[in-house]
Amino acid sequence: MSATRAAAPPASRRPTAGVRPAGGPRGSTLLRHLAVVAVAALLLVAVSYGLEPFRNFQLATVAAYLCATAGLTVLTGLNGQLSLGHGALMAVGAYTVALSQNAFADRGVTGQWVLPISLGAALLTTVAVGAVIGVAAARLRGPYLAGVTLAVAVVVPALTVTFDGVFKGEQGLPVPVEPPPAALGPYFPYERWQLWVAGAATLLVLLLLGNLVRSRFGRTFRAVRDDEVAARLAGIHVARTQVLAFVVSAAGAGLGGALLGVLAQSVSPGAFSLTLSLFLLMAVVIGGLGRLAGAVWGAVLLVVLPDLTHTVSDLVTLPPAVAQRLEGNLPLAIFGITLVVVMIAAPGGVQGLLSRLGRALLARWRPRRT
Amino acid sequence: MSHMPRVARHALAIATSITLLVTAVGCTGEESDSGGRQVPGVTDTEIVVGTHMPLTGPASAGYSKIAPATKAYFDYVNANGGVHGRRITYKVMDDGYNPANTQQVVRQLVLQDKVFAVVNGLGTPTHSGVLDFLKSNRVPDLFVASGSRSWDQPDKYPGTFGFNTDYTVEGKILANHVKTSLPGRKVCFLGQDDDFGRDSLAGVEKVLGAGAVVAKQTYVTSNPNVAPQIGAFKAAGCQVVILATVPGFTALSVGTAARLSFRPQWLVSNVGADHPTLAKQLGAGAPLLEGMVGANYLPMQDDAENPWIQLFTRVNKAHNADAPFDGNSVYGMAVGYLFVQALLAAGKDLTRESLLAAVAKGGFQGPGLAPLRFSATDHSGYGGARLSQVSGGKQSYFGPAYETDEGDGPVKEYAVTPATPPANGVPTVS
Amino acid sequence: MDRFVFLTLDGLSRGSVYAASALALVLIWRAARIVNFAQGAMAVAAAYVAHSVTSATGSYWLGFLAAVVAGLLLGALVDVAVMRLVDHRSPLNPVIVALGLVLLIQAVLGMVYGNEYRPAETPFRRTALSVGGVAVLSPFDLFVFATIAVVVVGLAWIFTRTAVGLRMRAAAFAPEVSRLLGVNVGGMLTLGWALASGVGALAAMLVVPTELGLHPHAMDLVFVSAFTAAVVGGLDSPPGAVVGGLLVGLLLSYVSGYVGSDLTPLAVLALLLAVLLVRPAGLFAPVAARQV
Repeated sequence: MSATRAAAPPASRRPTAGVRPAGGPRGSTLLRHLAVVAVAALLLVAVSYGLEPFRNFQLATVAAYLCATAGLTVLTGLNGQLSLGHGALMAVGAYTVALSQNAFADRGVTGQWVLPISLGAALLTTVAVGAVIGVAAARLRGPYLAGVTLAVAVVVPALTVTFDGVFKGEQGLPVPVEPPPAALGPYFPYERWQLWVAGAATLLVLLLLGNLVRSRFGRTFRAVRDDEVAARLAGIHVARTQVLAFVVSAAGAGLGGALLGVLAQSVSPGAFSLTLSLFLLMAVVIGGLGRLAGAVWGAVLLVVLPDLTHTVSDLVTLPPAVAQRLEGNLPLAIFGITLVVVMIAAPGGVQGLLSRLGRALLARWRPRRT
Repeated sequence: MSHMPRVARHALAIATSITLLVTAVGCTGEESDSGGRQVPGVTDTEIVVGTHMPLTGPASAGYSKIAPATKAYFDYVNANGGVHGRRITYKVMDDGYNPANTQQVVRQLVLQDKVFAVVNGLGTPTHSGVLDFLKSNRVPDLFVASGSRSWDQPDKYPGTFGFNTDYTVEGKILANHVKTSLPGRKVCFLGQDDDFGRDSLAGVEKVLGAGAVVAKQTYVTSNPNVAPQIGAFKAAGCQVVILATVPGFTALSVGTAARLSFRPQWLVSNVGADHPTLAKQLGAGAPLLEGMVGANYLPMQDDAENPWIQLFTRVNKAHNADAPFDGNSVYGMAVGYLFVQALLAAGKDLTRESLLAAVAKGGFQGPGLAPLRFSATDHSGYGGARLSQVSGGKQSYFGPAYETDEGDGPVKEYAVTPATPPANGVPTVS
Repeated sequence: MDRFVFLTLDGLSRGSVYAASALALVLIWRAARIVNFAQGAMAVAAAYVAHSVTSATGSYWLGFLAAVVAGLLLGALVDVAVMRLVDHRSPLNPVIVALGLVLLIQAVLGMVYGNEYRPAETPFRRTALSVGGVAVLSPFDLFVFATIAVVVVGLAWIFTRTAVGLRMRAAAFAPEVSRLLGVNVGGMLTLGWALASGVGALAAMLVVPTELGLHPHAMDLVFVSAFTAAVVGGLDSPPGAVVGGLLVGLLLSYVSGYVGSDLTPLAVLALLLAVLLVRPAGLFAPVAARQV
């Protein structure tokens, strides 16, 4: 068996209802997405007033991770390229935003327009890095691509130690961020403002990705994933498509990392270790690969998991000796088992499960109506 | 038919939003009444404080024992009536030594659990990231568990105080030993490739002179093979090797040197010099540690004569399930003792301001062998160390304790005899 | 020159362990088309079994034997109880399941043994013998080389000279035809998993004593190096795994000896890119790997 067969894309028997180009006129796709985003934005603002500051911060973190998981979903779910290095791309975005914000702060430049510029710079830098990795990745398949991206995931955090003059080694860099605009009043909670910033950026990313997925590009992505030979016969430039998918995905990861840095007001290599890259991959697969909605579940999971650690150990009261051993380990064991069971019982992830459930309900409901 | 699921999805979205909005309104109602002048985390019967520690992951070895020891000491104080009638609740959050997790758990402590203060948060990269957050929320950030000099910035971070002797002071004291007791030897240095290694080397060179260190090597924790570095020392003919290493890499360096038949005099930073930890890791190779010189500023865990160790062993038996007692346990309890002292000094009318003022006033006498330097202008922790040596499988102190500063000040003897603990083991208002 | 000899031998000694781990990855890849990300964690679990047996009996060799047996059993168990149930149509599913197993195994080890480093014993002294004033190799290094040589030769013999080996290869390369010819394909797959996991356990027994000691995460970094080695050599080629392992070991040793240990990850990436951009399926890939 050749390496090509080995790395052959998943048989295209996966139900593609969620990502199939919508029936109906093209123009309405954008409008419908815009409407959904507008509703989501209003909802987010309403929610931000209702939740406590810590929940606002958590939701903002979900938004930041969502940029990255959505990007990874496009790459792995739609284009079939496996990346173990998206944590490193997040680091690129985060460090760019840190360097840019520090450069502005050192020169005494202030104003609310500074942050969007830094975020833009982070996006562009990550796109450039993503293009370089993407060109290499387009030549590689399956585990060979995994090997290179794994190395990238290890190298990027290590570079911050090598060039510690710029990146300040293990300790990392602060990310100076402006307080909320004065127009919002003197007692406007900082965490609510963080949610607004992260939420706005993420909704924009989702809007763009959502349209991309349903556009001609989205179709070529899937065509390459399903059958490279057929795609080539249909006149698709396979390598170019793969590089494009990598670049788009890297942009998402870069912006996600940048937002994470802005939220934490600091960046350091420990936050972007290989573990993060692996967790991102696990998150999108559990969420449901192949649909952007799955990326949402994945991002939620990434934030809820550490919180779960605390809750689980709080629930059980045990003798100190036992408790010390279970502390931290028990939630990880539970997560590991869940991961294995979900993959065996519901390979479509959470979103796949929900869709199945939804379809089953609809099927029961429809006959009665008609 | 193909748009049927979409209708369902929208219905679901609307239902979700209504639920969320209802919840939202519910929450706002509760929120508004907390605007009083109440001190977060403090009631008439309880003080809630928190910390972040690595309890899991590769960095958790050893460190995971600190917080349980601190908690055990607080439980001991609680069993003896608490501080001004208030029990101390210590919330320990696992961050796995990952700065991103630290961000989450510290926000949870401050915003969700409403802790009064953060005590003994561990790690330089992890804790650096939350300094600004703690400052903007005016949360006292006491006794950070790391020897970085970042905690001593009273102008920038008025609420942050250190605990450990910093790496530069320690480097100066180790180098002073070379200067006075091992003159003329070829000195080499192996340090972790971050602030720890750099600050320590700076201290060494302040005492010995910039050109005195013959070979300088670094290591990164992601590459557990130090044979190339140790090989270079052997080739350079080093006689004294100063290590600014974490315990795992101290053991690794000593073991690697032995298999290259290279036997220098080891001088080890406090971070990586705990004999029980090293001996456990080296197993059959533990005798290689004979003669190793280490720096420390707290009593030795196996010094049964020391009244502090007697007290802490008792607390460990009663409140920590008699967990194996080592340097980390002593450290955790010493932190707990100091925090209780600070709470007492802050008085019955406890506020965040009164606590910080009490710490900045200084004058705490505890198990430490070196002076605590707290003042309005100095937020660093212990300002000195005493040297220990391993002999016959036992690590014990020799010579006087020393004190010095991070600058060019001399290394002086610190002749003050350590205080003895109060009879019931709970500090009283001084 | 002395330093060069020293770094070369040090690199070869570590490289041979990477080679064994890479070989274990290649075995499973050839048998099941799965990159077993859980291999490091499984091997650590086997090493903990050895630790328990050695402390209970006082015999290193009983522990060594126990590790290999535990490795074999664990491999078979993972195949039968987990991997067999996974939907293999998407190559991602087994990867994710393996990552889940890593979390589970490491957490369970942490609960049972605690997150402390434990000393790992060696059967021979690790003090290097000197030849002409240059420290060369320790008896333990020689033991490592000998063990790995035995494993490599043994595996080659099993796969090329025995009926079982032939059936395993047939089951992996043409499952349908093999089934028709009466080969127990599932059983062969399980055997492949067991063998690979046994080799992985052996590698852990050889590498853990040279690093920080026994810890639930002790093989994390070794796994990264081993995976790199397997990819560089070509996942379909056992000789490739051996060459790749030695290459990675040497590279790590030279870079940290001559340049600085912080640059080792970068050197590994450079090696990977240099090899894969010329030969996208590894050094020892069959020539016409891609038909398009």
